[in-house]
Amino acid sequence: MTDTRTGDADKALGAGNIDPDTPILEVKNLVMNYEIKAGMVSAVEDVSFIVPRGKSLGLVGESGCGKTSVALTLMKLMPNNARILGGEVLLDGENLLELNKEEMRQRRWADVSMVFQGAMNSWNPVYTVGDQIREAMDLHWDPKPTAGEAREKTEELFHLVGINPEMIQRYPHEFSGGMKQRAVIAMALSCDPKLIIADEPTTALDVIVQEQILVELKKIQHGFGMSIIYISHDIAVIAEITDLMGVMYAGKLVEVGPTSEVFARPRHPYTWLILSSTPSITGPRRQLAPLEGEPPNLLDPPSGCRFHPRCPFATEICSNEEPPLSEIVEGHSIACWNHEQVPVTLARAVG
Amino acid sequence: MSSADGRTRVKVENLEKLFPISKGLFRKPTDFVHAIDGVNFEINAGESLGLVGESGCGKTTTGRVLVKLDDATGGNVQIRDHNSDEMISVTEIRTKDERKEFRRNVQMIFQDPYESMNPRRTIFDIIAEPLFVQDIGTTEEREERVVELLRLVGLTPPEPFLFRYPHELSGGQRQRVAIARALVLEPSFVVADEPTSMLDVSIRISIMRLMLELAEKLGVTYLYITHDLAVARYMCDRIAVMYLGKIVEMAPTEELLSNPMHPYTRALLSAVPVPDPSYKRPAVEIEGGVARAINPSGECRFLARCPFAVAQCETDPHPDLYDRGTDHFVSCHLVAADGSWTGRERAALELRS
Repeated sequence: MTDTRTGDADKALGAGNIDPDTPILEVKNLVMNYEIKAGMVSAVEDVSFIVPRGKSLGLVGESGCGKTSVALTLMKLMPNNARILGGEVLLDGENLLELNKEEMRQRRWADVSMVFQGAMNSWNPVYTVGDQIREAMDLHWDPKPTAGEAREKTEELFHLVGINPEMIQRYPHEFSGGMKQRAVIAMALSCDPKLIIADEPTTALDVIVQEQILVELKKIQHGFGMSIIYISHDIAVIAEITDLMGVMYAGKLVEVGPTSEVFARPRHPYTWLILSSTPSITGPRRQLAPLEGEPPNLLDPPSGCRFHPRCPFATEICSNEEPPLSEIVEGHSIACWNHEQVPVTLARAVG
Repeated sequence: MSSADGRTRVKVENLEKLFPISKGLFRKPTDFVHAIDGVNFEINAGESLGLVGESGCGKTTTGRVLVKLDDATGGNVQIRDHNSDEMISVTEIRTKDERKEFRRNVQMIFQDPYESMNPRRTIFDIIAEPLFVQDIGTTEEREERVVELLRLVGLTPPEPFLFRYPHELSGGQRQRVAIARALVLEPSFVVADEPTSMLDVSIRISIMRLMLELAEKLGVTYLYITHDLAVARYMCDRIAVMYLGKIVEMAPTEELLSNPMHPYTRALLSAVPVPDPSYKRPAVEIEGGVARAINPSGECRFLARCPFAVAQCETDPHPDLYDRGTDHFVSCHLVAADGSWTGRERAALELRS
């Protein structure tokens, strides 16, 4: 299978990185399990990806596929029963997994900050939003900002995310849901981090507000050369805002590549089926193909390829041997033994 | 009351639901949230009408009033009875017996399959409960009926499911149980309130297909409530767009998507994420979020956010829902009788293109 459609712009991305600078984030062979009474839950299994400087990477998958576990591991914010069993997380070349608690605390917000799904509900109701942003700056700016500097920075950030700066000294209950989420984004930017991890940043919001926030995030990425990891279950949101995307299934990264490439020509059967079953308001009204079965139990994941019990192209090798993530077109890698069987066009429902 | 013709299954006239805002134990409430404010629509037999809007627009309240989980504070809802074939006025149902009879004809599927089932009852108990309440069949007949339904909703083989508990099932399986429960009495009208929004993509499509199949097989009429226009496109024959308690636009699905006329519908459509990175989306024209409809003043509900408002919008009352030909109803001063844009709206459109 050769495909030469890879554009020049995309050449700098992906595994064979020819960018002179190191990528902002490199995750290598990350393995993370949760220990529960019944055994070990294989939540993240051998996940590797690269976030180039100034680019955005989307991680997409269904609930329980490990996308949030990846984010938590990057920030070292996992629950107590999480066990990192291997791998490296290189932020600007420095392995975050080797840092101790205090060192890691210093990196959070200053180097990597995060916006979580329910983040808008994490504001403390008895302090003003401005005071809470100031707190983050006090902890991480060196030297501490003066009152004037903090105020100026917050005003600038509020302006950036589209909130009236007069709201700085207001309390969280005076903000609407969308405004609170915008304020969280402002806070995430307050210490000029190198990387932002946004885990379902707009999932709880209505579409119009979601669109407004996605537009702001895109502006921030392009305006400041910010690197962003977006995590979402909604492949349409990933299509809209990311340069690169990774598709996760049952703890494994099954496909990763430039977003435009993955959508134009999904090569992993799971990606192909997900795209085939995503309804859209544009284009002709296709028959949507259902994906049979349910995601596996990660206490006892299937042998070989974890997707093989649901895969329409599975052959014998799939249940015996795990397919490696390998680059088949420049910058576009997949983990599948039978990727050549995946049709060029999307699946159609039968009957 | 048989003004509606024989095909009409549901007829909603001037429906109104106000929620009082409590001012304290002994004070009479003076403020009201106008959750539904003068809503009119009809649903034909076998048709699926989508009710779409942002959270707080009144779509769920409308569904609850239609199945009599809430009582309307004004207006009238009539639903055709599947036995007598007469239009029964929901607002006039008073006695327990009438209510019981009504439930045989009208059912609801809820959004959250984790919350809408008693965790201490088996799947058999959950699906058969309506049969017990309505005193239908012997134990064996009930069991047979439940097995038949489990097969119908794709939980096969059915027998192992009968005595399981909800926590043993996945989200998709639970929603299938919820559908089976809603259909056990063979209702002719089902209100489905976001039945797939809690489910993952790979499960969602199979539930959507199941509901469409069952509608065809059993002749069920749906009111399908959703915030997701892409889902509505696949599930509904017609779509009604709600904003702050009012229907602002209603049209056959493809007509609404390809030719949205109300500024709110246009904004909503341009904000829907599209699974195609090469898609060039039109800019969303409106700002801000949805307000709450507390004691709204008389003019157009959308006025505060409308980028095209003219003087007339500020002086005239909220525009009625008019048919602009082709079964396309719009409630906007700026849309002419033939569906064309007028005045500033057109100028703004031309400027942009």
